Amino acid sequence: MKRAEIISQLNEIFEDIIDEGSVSLSETSTSNDVDGWDSLAHIQLIVAIEKTFNIKFSSDEILSWNNVGEMIDCILKK
Amino acid sequence: MTFNELKKNLKKDFTDFKPLKLALLGDSATQFLAQAIRGAGYNQQFDINVYDADFNQVDRQILDLSSELHTFQPDIILIFEAGHMLLQKFNKTEADIHAAFAENQINRIRHLVDTLQNNLKTKVIYFNYAEEDDRVFGNFANKVPSSFIFQQRKLNYLLAEYATTNAALYICDMSAIQSKMGRELLFSPTIYIASEMVLSIDSLPVIAESVVQIIAAFQGKFKKCVILDLDNLVWGGVIGDDRLDNIQIGGLGIGKAFTEFQYWIKKLQQRGIIVCVCSKNTESVAKEPFEKHPDMVLRLKDIAVFVANWENKADNIKRIQQILNIGFDSMVFLDDNPFERNIVRQNVPDITVPELPEDPAEYLEYLYTLNLFETASYSSEDANRTEQYQKESERVAVQFSFTNENDFLKSLNMLSDVQSFNSFSTPRVAQLSQRSNQFNLRTVRYTEEDIKRIIASKRYMTFSFTLEDKYGDNGLICAIILEEKKPKELFIDTWFMSCRVLKRGMENFVLNTIVDYTRDKGYQTIVGEYLPTAKNALVKDHYSNLGFIQHDDFWLLQTATYQPKEYFINTKGNLKL
Repeated sequence: MKRAEIISQLNEIFEDIIDEGSVSLSETSTSNDVDGWDSLAHIQLIVAIEKTFNIKFSSDEILSWNNVGEMIDCILKK
Repeated sequence: MTFNELKKNLKKDFTDFKPLKLALLGDSATQFLAQAIRGAGYNQQFDINVYDADFNQVDRQILDLSSELHTFQPDIILIFEAGHMLLQKFNKTEADIHAAFAENQINRIRHLVDTLQNNLKTKVIYFNYAEEDDRVFGNFANKVPSSFIFQQRKLNYLLAEYATTNAALYICDMSAIQSKMGRELLFSPTIYIASEMVLSIDSLPVIAESVVQIIAAFQGKFKKCVILDLDNLVWGGVIGDDRLDNIQIGGLGIGKAFTEFQYWIKKLQQRGIIVCVCSKNTESVAKEPFEKHPDMVLRLKDIAVFVANWENKADNIKRIQQILNIGFDSMVFLDDNPFERNIVRQNVPDITVPELPEDPAEYLEYLYTLNLFETASYSSEDANRTEQYQKESERVAVQFSFTNENDFLKSLNMLSDVQSFNSFSTPRVAQLSQRSNQFNLRTVRYTEEDIKRIIASKRYMTFSFTLEDKYGDNGLICAIILEEKKPKELFIDTWFMSCRVLKRGMENFVLNTIVDYTRDKGYQTIVGEYLPTAKNALVKDHYSNLGFIQHDDFWLLQTATYQPKEYFINTKGNLKL
């Protein structure tokens, strides 16, 4: 799967979970750039991403990402 | 529903929903649970305002009487202590007292609940503990009282036992939810490490719904009646075509499924759920298995109202409703035929019609998942309900033979026992206060604890009324609570009556009784109030019909000039007031 495809899927997930209008993620987006992406939403996002891509993150990974790009690296590794 | 869908409910409009204050205390992070409960409340039209305490403050919030919890003054307190956290607590306990762990925990819980109930007028819902077997002893743990799983199961048992003796403590059965969902689905270790939350996102809707079902039962929203189709629901096959010998029921093959289904209905009936039949059949043919088939579990005496004819089921259900005099929203209709289900759904508002699976083997497992019959009370009188409704059916039939209403009422030989509330009537008064929706002037719900407080207070005067007639005893059917708000004046805080005894002149008898009694005590004015709800339009004109005069939002009656009303009820023994 290409990184651009993953970003567009992540966009949909973020919009659904955060539910505060449209989101446009880039590789360098962090929680500071997206309204409503707080620590609670983060937990929900992880579970939704795991379900969508049918993968399982480790507890290290969940706590380690600094931006969306690192999240995508992690998805691609699975 | 998913958690995300429940969360989206939070943005919807809660105006006009019943407001409730719930405090949530937990030993793990509970923000999601709080959101899920408010979201699930929306589906039941409750505006649940949740105070979610910071985590791990259960003891402090409860024992410190000036805490946020006590200031919040909740209607309901929900305490969620996780099985996972219980294990951590156990781990930190000295090994030599492991065998006393459950006892020590239940003593702590008793102290917490007592403190709450002594200081706040509130109901407490305590989650029991999901199992977290550390496998230190393997299966052998069952033989070792100091093992964790032994103590955890014992604690769940002690909690249930404690709840049987504390009327305002309710248990939300997390252990049952876990056994249904599976441990892996309930608890996610990675999420726990990242967030201090012990509940998986997928388990939240199930748990929140379970909490809201208990809350709904507190509010008088629960099922009172189940209406059964017959062919291919109560037995396999079609009685009209297959005849008595060939219907499937009993110990063989698919017959087992129907027999087990009947046992379930029988248990509901014994618990006090009214069981009715509504079948497209010739009545005599439909009744034959109940009378003659050796393998039938249900018999005619178990059925409160039996309707078998060829008219449409929606009309028949409306007829049943008229006899029972309960709301459609408290009825469940079970039918294997999707066509009949749809007709009933479309024509009978608010009735619950489960979408039964096609295979009768799956009926019961499916029905269990719906948890249709949640309740907040149980008394031994519930079990007699079927007989009472059968008698009501007889009365309705006899009533048609009298042209004059008064002649009919006289013929009933009605007797009423009038008393102040006492320790015997307290459970029934509390239960009726939870159940009465239609004939209830102010719909204030009282628990047993509340009733005890009222009995003890000098400000209140209470009356309970029973009613029996030549067809049988209805038991306690009406309660009045009068409050002295000003000298010489009594306010009717509560007047509710069971709808089983409508149109018997009971209102007249009750009013005569209270006026006579209070006039003797020197009271001059009785003040009534009607607070409308979605269900009590029946008593909208109650006070004007009884001769009260409207004064702003209240209704006044002067005892000195009161003209006694006509009635046909005799008092049983002396008034014991």
